[in-house]
Parts: sequence; C-alpha cells; structure tokens
Amino acid sequence: MSTSTPPPLADVAASDGTLRRFLHGLPGVDPVGLEARAAALGTRSIKTTAKAYAIDLAISMIDLTTLEGADTPGKVRSLAAKALRPEPSDRATPATAAVCVYPDMAATARAALGDSGVKVASVATAFPAGRAALDVKLADVRSAVAAGADEIDMVIDRGAFLAGDYLKVYEEIRAVRAECDGQARLKVIFETGELSTYDNIRRASWLGMIAGADFIKTSTGKVGTNATPANTLLMLEAVRDFRAATGVQIGVKPAGGIRTTKDAIKYLVLVNETAGPDWLDNHWFRFGASSLLNDLLMQRQKLRTGRYSGPDYVTVD
Amino acid sequence: MSDSSGQGRLTVLKTYKLYVAGKFPRSESGRVYEVTDAKGRWRANAPLSSRKDARDAVVAARKAVGGWSGATAYNRGQVLYRVAEMLEGRADQFVREVADAEGLSKPKAAAVVEAAIDRWVWYAGWTDKIAQVTGGANPVAGPYFNHSAPEPTGVVAVLAPQDSSLLGLVSVVAPVVATGNTAVVVASEDRPLPALSLGEVLATSDVPGGVVNVLSGRTAEIAAPLAAHQDVNGIDLTGADAALARDLEIAAADNLKRVLRPAAGAPDWTADPGTRRMTSFLETKTVWHPTGALGVAGSSY
Amino acid sequence: MASPHSDPSSAPAAGASPFAYAPAPESRAVVDIAPSYGLFVDGEFTEAADGKVFKTIAPATEEVLSEVAQAGEEDVERAVRAARRAFEKWSALPGSARAKYLFRIARIIQERSRELAVLETLDNGKPIKETRDFDVPQAAAHFFYHAGWADKLAHAGYGPDPRPVGVAAQVIPWNFPLLMLAWKIAPALATGNTVVLKPAETTPLSALFFADVCRQAGLPKGVVNIVTGDGSTGAALVSHPDVDKVAFTGSTEVGKAIARQVAGTRKKVTLELGGKGANIVFDDAPIDQAVEGIVTGIFFNQGQVCCAGSRLLVQESVAEELIASLKRRLGTLRLGDPLDKNTDIGAINSAQQLAKIRELTGIGEAEGAERWSPECELPSSGYWFAPTLFTGVSQAHTVAQDEIFGPVLSVLTFRTPGEAVAKANNTPYGLSAGVWTEKGSRMLAVADRLRAGVVWANTFNKFDPTSPFGGYKESGYGREGGRHGLEAYLDV
Repeated sequence: MSTSTPPPLADVAASDGTLRRFLHGLPGVDPVGLEARAAALGTRSIKTTAKAYAIDLAISMIDLTTLEGADTPGKVRSLAAKALRPEPSDRATPATAAVCVYPDMAATARAALGDSGVKVASVATAFPAGRAALDVKLADVRSAVAAGADEIDMVIDRGAFLAGDYLKVYEEIRAVRAECDGQARLKVIFETGELSTYDNIRRASWLGMIAGADFIKTSTGKVGTNATPANTLLMLEAVRDFRAATGVQIGVKPAGGIRTTKDAIKYLVLVNETAGPDWLDNHWFRFGASSLLNDLLMQRQKLRTGRYSGPDYVTVD
Repeated sequence: MSDSSGQGRLTVLKTYKLYVAGKFPRSESGRVYEVTDAKGRWRANAPLSSRKDARDAVVAARKAVGGWSGATAYNRGQVLYRVAEMLEGRADQFVREVADAEGLSKPKAAAVVEAAIDRWVWYAGWTDKIAQVTGGANPVAGPYFNHSAPEPTGVVAVLAPQDSSLLGLVSVVAPVVATGNTAVVVASEDRPLPALSLGEVLATSDVPGGVVNVLSGRTAEIAAPLAAHQDVNGIDLTGADAALARDLEIAAADNLKRVLRPAAGAPDWTADPGTRRMTSFLETKTVWHPTGALGVAGSSY
Repeated sequence: MASPHSDPSSAPAAGASPFAYAPAPESRAVVDIAPSYGLFVDGEFTEAADGKVFKTIAPATEEVLSEVAQAGEEDVERAVRAARRAFEKWSALPGSARAKYLFRIARIIQERSRELAVLETLDNGKPIKETRDFDVPQAAAHFFYHAGWADKLAHAGYGPDPRPVGVAAQVIPWNFPLLMLAWKIAPALATGNTVVLKPAETTPLSALFFADVCRQAGLPKGVVNIVTGDGSTGAALVSHPDVDKVAFTGSTEVGKAIARQVAGTRKKVTLELGGKGANIVFDDAPIDQAVEGIVTGIFFNQGQVCCAGSRLLVQESVAEELIASLKRRLGTLRLGDPLDKNTDIGAINSAQQLAKIRELTGIGEAEGAERWSPECELPSSGYWFAPTLFTGVSQAHTVAQDEIFGPVLSVLTFRTPGEAVAKANNTPYGLSAGVWTEKGSRMLAVADRLRAGVVWANTFNKFDPTSPFGGYKESGYGREGGRHGLEAYLDV
C-alpha cells in the first residue's frame, strides 16, 4: 500500500493551480472512439476452457453487495455464507472476493467471514451521495474500520469536482486514506454517471490515484448510469498509464449493472487487453455486483454438466 | 483601324501580348504569327507560344492556386463581377475584335459581347452557391458528422473553342476560375485577339496574377506539353479536334488529369450553361468527425 | 502478439496471459462451395468458350477452394451482348420496380450474411469479424441505399429526367470483393444500367455467389453478368466497343492504362485507385483513440486498403509516447486463422501480394528505416505478414512514398501544423487522410487543406453508402456512394 504520491507526480497536488493544470492537461477522450473500442472488445468470443477460466476468475472478483435500507444482520449473514461457499454442491467453486455492506453491518459481516480470506468491504463517507460534513464522513470511515472492514469504498464529493474544486476532492481522499491507513484498502468511487463526461472520468481517475486510492471504482449502483464497458475501459487505461508513469499498480472496480456471465467475461476481456494480465486477479480487479454471482454459477453448472441450469439450482440469499 | 494611306490620323496599332502571371510578356521564343480577320486581312501579329511559355504559365497558375482557392467565395464572386464591369466598359473594342475574328456584323458581334459579359455575371453569382448545390450533409449510420463539399481541382489547362472567340472563351474560362481553380488558357488558334485583349480586362479587374493565363499560338503545339505536364490537374479539350483530343487525353492519363472531352456536336454557347463545366473541375471532399452523446452513455454490453 | 491458438499444441508466447482465448472458429458448414464455377452470363452459368479455368485458393491455408472459368474475348463479347440486350427493358422499367429488385437483393444478402461472410473469409483471407461486421453488412446497406434512389433520380440534382449510360464494365479488386461489387452494381442498377462485372482473379467466389442472389431476387436475365478471369479479361472488357461506362477500382498503374485506353471514346470513366494516406496526430489528440485509429487505419484488412493510413505523421513532441503506446497495442493483435472470431489479423491475399510487401519492406530496411514487429508466430502454410512499423522514416524513403498495400506503417514526425499538411500532401496520391486533435479549429483548418477525397477527423476507415468516396490526383476520379456516386452512371 503506497503512503504518498509517487515521485513523478509528487508536486502535482502542491496547489489548486498545479492540480488543475495537471488534470486539464491529460489527453482528451473521444467518446465515440472510446465506446467503439469497448464495443469491439465486446465481440471477443470466449469459449470452452477460456470461458471456464473466466467464470471462476469472475466469481473470485465479486464484491458481493447488499446496500439496502432494509439490510438486517440476517441478510448480511446469509450473504456472507454465499460469498464463502457460492456453490454448496461444488467445493471447487471459488469464494467471492468480498462482501460489501454499509458501515453499521461491517461488524456482522466480519463475524460471519472470520479469517476466511473473504474481505469485508464497507461503503463509507455518507454513501451514496457523499453530502455530509468532512468530520461526519471521517467518523463514518472510522466506525467501519473499527468494525473490521478490510476495504473502504468511499464516494468522492462530486459537487466539489464539478465545481472545479479539485484540491478539495483530493484532500478529502487523503483524509479518508489517513483514516484507513495500514488497516484497510481504499476504493474511491467517482459516480461516473454524475461526472457525466469521459474527460471528467479520466481526470477523476488520476485525481484518485494521485491522492492514494488503492482502487478506483465507477459508481455506487444508486444512479441511472453505473458501470459501462466504456467508462471501465477508460479507467483501465488510467491505471495502466499510472503504473507506467509511477510503477504503482492500482485496482479497478466497475459496480452496478453487471448482471450476466456474458457481460462479466467481456469486462475481463477489457482488463486483459487494456490494463493487461497483471490485473487478472481479485487483488486488482473487482466486480461490484449481487445478482451476477448466480448467473455465473448457472453458467458454471452448464459447463460442468453440459445442461442448462435454472434459478432453482442456485441459492437465493 | 484606319488605312494609313488616307488623310486621317495614323492610328496606333496594338502589339498583342500573352497574359501570364498578371504580366504581358511576348513569347519567350520571340515568335509571332499573322492573325487575319474573317476575310483574310491582316489584323495583328500574335505571339506564337512555345512549350516554355506553356511551362511558365503553369508555374504562374500553380503559384496562384493557394490565394485564389483560399479566397472567400464572396470575394471571388466580386472579382468576377468586376470582370463583367470592365468588359462592359470596353465593349466597343471587343465588338470590333469579335466582328473581325468571326466575320459578324456589328450588331451580331455586339450581341455576342453582351452575352459574354452576362456570362461573367452568371458565374460571379455561382461562386458562393456551387458548394451548396453540390455538397451537403450525409446521413451516415453512426455517431458521425459527415459532410461533403466541393474543392477546386487546381491548375486547369483550357483549350478555348476555335470558333467562338469571346463568348465561347468566357464560357469555358469563367466556370473554371469561378470555383477556385486557376487556368492556363490556349486561345483560339486563328481568332486569338479577343482572348489576348481579355487578358487586359482581367489585369484591371482585381483578378490576381496567375489565376488566368492566356497563351496564343498553335493549339496542338501548346496543348501537348500542358496535357503531359505533371503539375496540371485538369484539361478542358473543347478547342481540340477529335484526333488531337484523343492524343491529349492519352497524355493526360499520365497523372490522371480530369479531362473534359469536346462536345459531340457544335456547342451552342448561347444556351444555359448548366453546372457541368464547373463540376468537371471540382473534387468532392468528405470529412468525418465523431459526434457522440453529450455525456457518458448508458451503453452496456 | 497473442495467438488465437489455431494449433492447440503450440506453446504460449512469452508473457502470455493466463486468460488464453480458446479457439472460436466460425463453422465452414454454412457455405457450400462447388468444385467448379462457370461464367454468369445472361442469367446462366456457362463454361468459357475455350474451356479455360483457373483455381482459386484460400490464402490462409493454400487449399484449393474451387475452379473457375477464365473468360476470354469471346466470353466478354457474349456478356456485353447480354447486357446490351437486357438494357432496353431494364432501363425502361419504372424506377420503383428497379428499386424493389435492389431491396430484394439487399434483404437476401442480409439473410445469407453468415454464408457470405464465411465464403469471403475463405477466399480472401481476411478475419471473419471483418466480413461479418463490415464487408457483408456494408454490401447489403449499399443495395438498400441505392434501391431508394431508383425512383427518385429526378430529384438527385441531375436534371428532370436523367438517363442511364448503358452497359457498364466494372472491374473490382480483391481486397473487399463483395463490398466492391456492391459499390459498383448497386448504383449502376439503380440508375437503369446493366453491368458486366469482373471480380479479381484471386477472389472470384463471392461474385459468383452474388449471381445466385440475383437469381433468388428474380433479377431479369442479362442485367448482371459476371465474368471471371485475370487482367486480360478485364482489359477485354473495358476495351469492348459496346461498353458505355467503365468503373475500375484497383492500382493506379492499371487505372492509367484504362484512362489511355478509353481516350477518344465516349466511354464514361470512374477510377478508384491507390493511396498513401497520412494519419496526422497532433500533441493534443485524444491519444488512446488515436492509437486505435492508427491501428484501424493500417491493420484493418491487413492494410490491404487503398485508403489505409499508411503514413503516420506524429507531432515530434508526443512521438515517443505515441509510438510506445502503439507498440504495446500491436502486442495485443491476434494473428491467425481468419475463421477464428477472435482473429484481428488474417492472411495476405496472395503469394504475389506477399512478395510485394516483402520487397518493399526489404527496401525500407535497406534505406535505413527502423523496422519493428511484435513477437509473432506466423502459421506455416498460407501467406502471412506480421504487423510492422517503420520508424525514423522521412518523406524520401520508399516506404513513405510507395503504396505497400500491407500491414506496414511508416512513422514520420512533424513540428508544426503547416509541416504536417505539407508532408501529408507531398504525394501523387490523394485518397484519404486522418487528423487527430481535440482542437476544433485546427481540425477544420487541416481538413480544409488536405488534398484528399476523404478526411477522417478523430476517426479512421469509416464508410457509409451515403458518404461519397473517391480520390484527388492520382488516386483517381469520380465518386462512389451518396448522391454524388449516381453521376457516374447517369448520362449527364
């Protein structure tokens, strides 16, 4: 886990001016070209052995998520059980990467997952809107970390970002980072649907990485446009270029709207052919999803048995 | 022109010269040939242009392409209109020259000159419309702005018609330059004087030097190096007979010049010119650019 | 370079991804290639008068696909006569009836798209993803677009009642066999002409399958005639005295020969010839999309594209970064079995073309340009050439001047927009160009000054039936597509 901005970019956040100049100096993004590239990679045909590999990899990359007002300890415990053993009839099925919950459910998740290796991820910083005072947000983070969260999924202040107050966004990420340091990996959520343009998403990606994010994450799942192939591709380019510039590898997490095996595999193709094979590991790539898991399990059964499966043959949690 | 043997004042004869790069040179060869009127009476010694004159004219025309094609269409329209104004002012001279050259009565020659003036006016009005008529938006099946617009071909060699010394001449030169090309004009071989005088009109009409260059002489001799010239982009063969036109078209293939073949029958220069003479020396350029959505699209797999 | 593992026993390349895409071949079963084909004349398949045939092979494997008739002068004569006979009725049909035939053809191409895509990939060697997603859908779109013109010609800006020219002789190249056929036949038929078309010697099959599409569409006999053969067949066709219109797509050399051949005749001619397209990348370009555009520009169809962006002109200040990105990207291109759905780079179309690419790249090296290709294992049979970059190229290098028509990119640098435009225009060709910049005024200024028939700004190699296509200078004359393309087939 890096503790400060890597040397080549150390002075970028020295002031509001330097940060603005840096972010606005990033290459522009042509939306049509970006979306066309994402669509082209989506035509890769992943079959047989490659598909089996991809399905298991995708399962292992899921942050199995429940973020509802109606979440209860029971619900979180059953989700944790599913994360640990997604396919009771086949122990070879990998566990998911993490269970993702609100901070007040982090302790429940921690207790259910124990030292299984499946992480507890907790959203924080007044998720999903992020509209709260900084000390409230930090308290939110502190409580989640104290409850045993391994990973913190924070939201950036989109209002500040859109107002051009990049330094404020940067400093808030630094402050959250300081709250997790040493104990939790930090995922920074941009809410790409609210940033609205690809140029903004590229700037937010670099802003997040410079500020010390361990992961950059598309979205909360709570707005109209969440993860898309194009915005994920764009963020994969960002982490690729950031590592080339600094030597530091950052993870990517698309979240929201990825529901089918077909889609998940296409995202893995994006990873493979953009950031590269080094990111084909749940330390570096995650899916924020809930219903995706069961579709992956059904496809896995199909590959194993040769028959198409049905919803009654995977568990509902 | 009055007879020197009479009692009247001895008139000043004009030395007809070429019009190249906005200047009035003699042929570099020093050669001239006798030009007679329709009845065979000597009227002038016209420059007998050489290959080198043709080459110089191409150099001048090439040099003028950037400025002329880059001028606004409105500006080109005003310049062409200015040509009409100047021609109107010197109509009497052209009536004489046309009457002599083509053996027309004064009233008939006057009608020809008037039609020639009006032709400049017609093309003056075309400069800023041809792009709208021949270009436009193409509704491609994708998130792209796609637009086609005409652009001038470049340097065009124009073999003026042999018969119609002024109206025919204007009818082939004006469409070439109206659209932003520059021209090397080979005047009617036997009736070159209106063309050479037209150079004087152009020189006083804000037409930049080199945009129109006028050569007189043997059409076949001057046309051959023009048709083969690698820095000429198009050739109008109107003034060539069938055998010459074929040879020139073959030579023109060496750099794939745009070739406008001579009309099948005798052209009626008084008819509505249409747009074909303009479009013959226009290229269509199509530009694509992505448009896309205003913000990140909700597109997914 | 990743490999689609057409040979499962081959060892994975160094640094290979654990995510190895398993072979995903499109099935050949959808296409039934006969052992031999005749000429399609007057609605029927017939042998050549002298019985001559030639073989067409799959360039990816050198497998013989079929034997095809070699049309001689007598056969060309027969085909032109058939087209002439059919012309009277065809041109007299109401436009709405011609439109319906073309709509039918468009639909049948769509229905048979899988079959045609596999066939084209077999005969040409290009990846199935291109024939499936580009060649065949575009061919159908061309017929659909031109169908709509057939009864609206009075509104096309060519006078109140524009007439067809007559019999069109059409000679097409091997790089997009079916699509070039569509570019030629669709406007010709829409405007009321009849055609004799000669497909390229190395890729005759899709045109012969198209004959069957015409049969299914109920197209009257003689409206479309297909004569297969080599250059001599094409020469006989374009020089036939009863041909009214010549449309040729191919090399500039042959284009010039045709221009000489038709001199002094009344034949109308359009030529779509070679190119040496410049792809200009400014320092403010959307760099990731530019890299994709460069790749699309030169490696689409193995670079065997007349409008390929074969010269990369990159602003010196970003050259190093861009070339590094480009090299990384080339490392992910997948070369191999063209029928594999994950193949990006297929086979070169013929041994002859491969030899030409080798010769020109050899000259590039000999002249001191720096050659680079990603690590790349080429299949042992068939005609293959690895994606190749030449850096340190100047305008004086042969690889910056000559059309290579292969997956070979020459990289040059420039300092200012003026220099970029001057270098881009510094070629006898003038077909295509690209410009990459986020600054709108610069894009428009550069596009305005490029002497090229198609300028792609922040994109490359995009085509559409509504969009006129064709060259300046020695890239030919006339336009194909759009309202402009109709002119070539109308007596105006």
